[in-house]
Amino acid sequence: MSKDKHDKEIDGPTGVETTGHEWDGLKELNNPAPRWWLIVWLVTIVWAIGYWVVYPAWPTPGGHTKGVAGWTQYGKLKREQAEITKRQSTWLTKFHAASFEQVKADKGLYEFARAGGEVAFKENCAACHGAGGEGRKGYPNLNDDDWLFGGKVEDIYHTIKVGSRSSHPETHQAMMPAFGRDGILDAAQIDDVATYVMALPQGATAPRADAFVRGEAVYAANCVTCHGDGGIGNRELGAPRLNDAIWLYGGDKASIIQTVTSARAGVMPTWENRLDDDTRRQLAIYVHSLGGGE
Amino acid sequence: MLEKHAKLERNSMWLLIFTVIAVSIGGIIEIVPLFRMQTTIEPVKGVRPYTPLELMGQEIYIREGCNTCHSQQIRPLRDEQQRYGHYSLAAESMYDHPFLWGSKRTGPDLARVGGKYSDDWHVAHLKNPRAVVPESIMPSYAFLADKPYGDWRINKRLKALKTLGVPYTKEMIAEAAIDYEAQANPTADASGLLERYGDKVAVRDFDGNPNEITEMDALIAYLQKLGTDVDFTTYDPDYAIKKAPKTAPGHMEKAK
Repeated sequence: MSKDKHDKEIDGPTGVETTGHEWDGLKELNNPAPRWWLIVWLVTIVWAIGYWVVYPAWPTPGGHTKGVAGWTQYGKLKREQAEITKRQSTWLTKFHAASFEQVKADKGLYEFARAGGEVAFKENCAACHGAGGEGRKGYPNLNDDDWLFGGKVEDIYHTIKVGSRSSHPETHQAMMPAFGRDGILDAAQIDDVATYVMALPQGATAPRADAFVRGEAVYAANCVTCHGDGGIGNRELGAPRLNDAIWLYGGDKASIIQTVTSARAGVMPTWENRLDDDTRRQLAIYVHSLGGGE
Repeated sequence: MLEKHAKLERNSMWLLIFTVIAVSIGGIIEIVPLFRMQTTIEPVKGVRPYTPLELMGQEIYIREGCNTCHSQQIRPLRDEQQRYGHYSLAAESMYDHPFLWGSKRTGPDLARVGGKYSDDWHVAHLKNPRAVVPESIMPSYAFLADKPYGDWRINKRLKALKTLGVPYTKEMIAEAAIDYEAQANPTADASGLLERYGDKVAVRDFDGNPNEITEMDALIAYLQKLGTDVDFTTYDPDYAIKKAPKTAPGHMEKAK
């Protein structure tokens, strides 16, 4: 226990004053804080007062003190963005003013656009279309020549802008009826038409079995308006080509029956409000360059 | 000075009085700014309270601990803007109780995930994240698609949020269960829901299963709403420097 009275007592071996507290014969030395530490502490206090004056600091009834420097985090961001825009401006100004043909003709500008498009693609498009644009079931492959809404760079630009079945007012609105679910065709008819559609890639050489002939009639009555004669597809309507080996939802019979029965309606978001126009144009150029561009 | 301090430590009344003074200073500095919280909310248009379905989505988001790996706050830094979009505003989370800003990102920030992916993508991703993002380490939440609408006591939740300042009207509280159904059921009449919460509310079957409203519906409805509210043409980043708003939006604005 500590002593009742605070006596000044000097510890023999060290020559330092004790606090006067004693625990089972042990006494605490009363060393002062180091001088350098004290000075640093006082300096931080003075610095803090300067900080309050210069930067936003104290809450006030009307909001908070603004600081004489007028600094805000948003202002800092603006300056940083201005800096990067300035650095990019050598190419970006040129790109902004150039048409797609002009970009294509200028090798340096084309590479700039492709590089920018690639970065934006990885962040925004790869989650669905795959890191290399290879697509997956339900999400189109962007490397091949099969385009739902056109493979010209302008078409790709437009699709990126408005999306497919998105919230954009001008979005691609292709809508296939659910022939089975809505009772337009019965199960046997769907089976027949699936047989016919699976044989379409063979064209005129397809063997004309019974199911094929029945399916041909069903196709002519229900599908031909959109998918065209012989399954050539219709990009105006967004109706996929059926006479090739590329299938968005699977080309086996079960998948085709499922498609005809319940229809498919994949959604691509609109990017108009999410990405600026230059980025969308860069993306269009990048996607166009992947291999399937027309 | 030290001598005086010794006196203070030996007199319990003085010790009590000075302790109270010291604690009060700390308390005032921490508590008083909370009463001026609304001055930090930017005066922007477009932010609305969650619909009942979105609100249940948020409950599921919290229940499954999504916020432990995903933040919901885009900071005003150049690289974050580049990746996620416009930095988050305080106004965007003013109806979140609790807010889900987070400070740790194992997965990406979700503050503006609304509208970035299709519903189908969300379903595929929640069921098996590796199916669409090969490098993902997110667990599967496939079971959400099998869990139908339970007894959520939605009306009471809306009522509780109202006491915290979320401007739910009497009508919204009374019709909560109906609005919940209407948003995810394509055959239901959603006119009341749209009238109460605005035309921007997404009404559709979110999980690809129109026969049943599941927790997957609710979670995707919530995700598709995140970060889509603010009309940024009404936002001025320098509003605080120019003039503090007399009345902050949201909390103070009582819905009619």
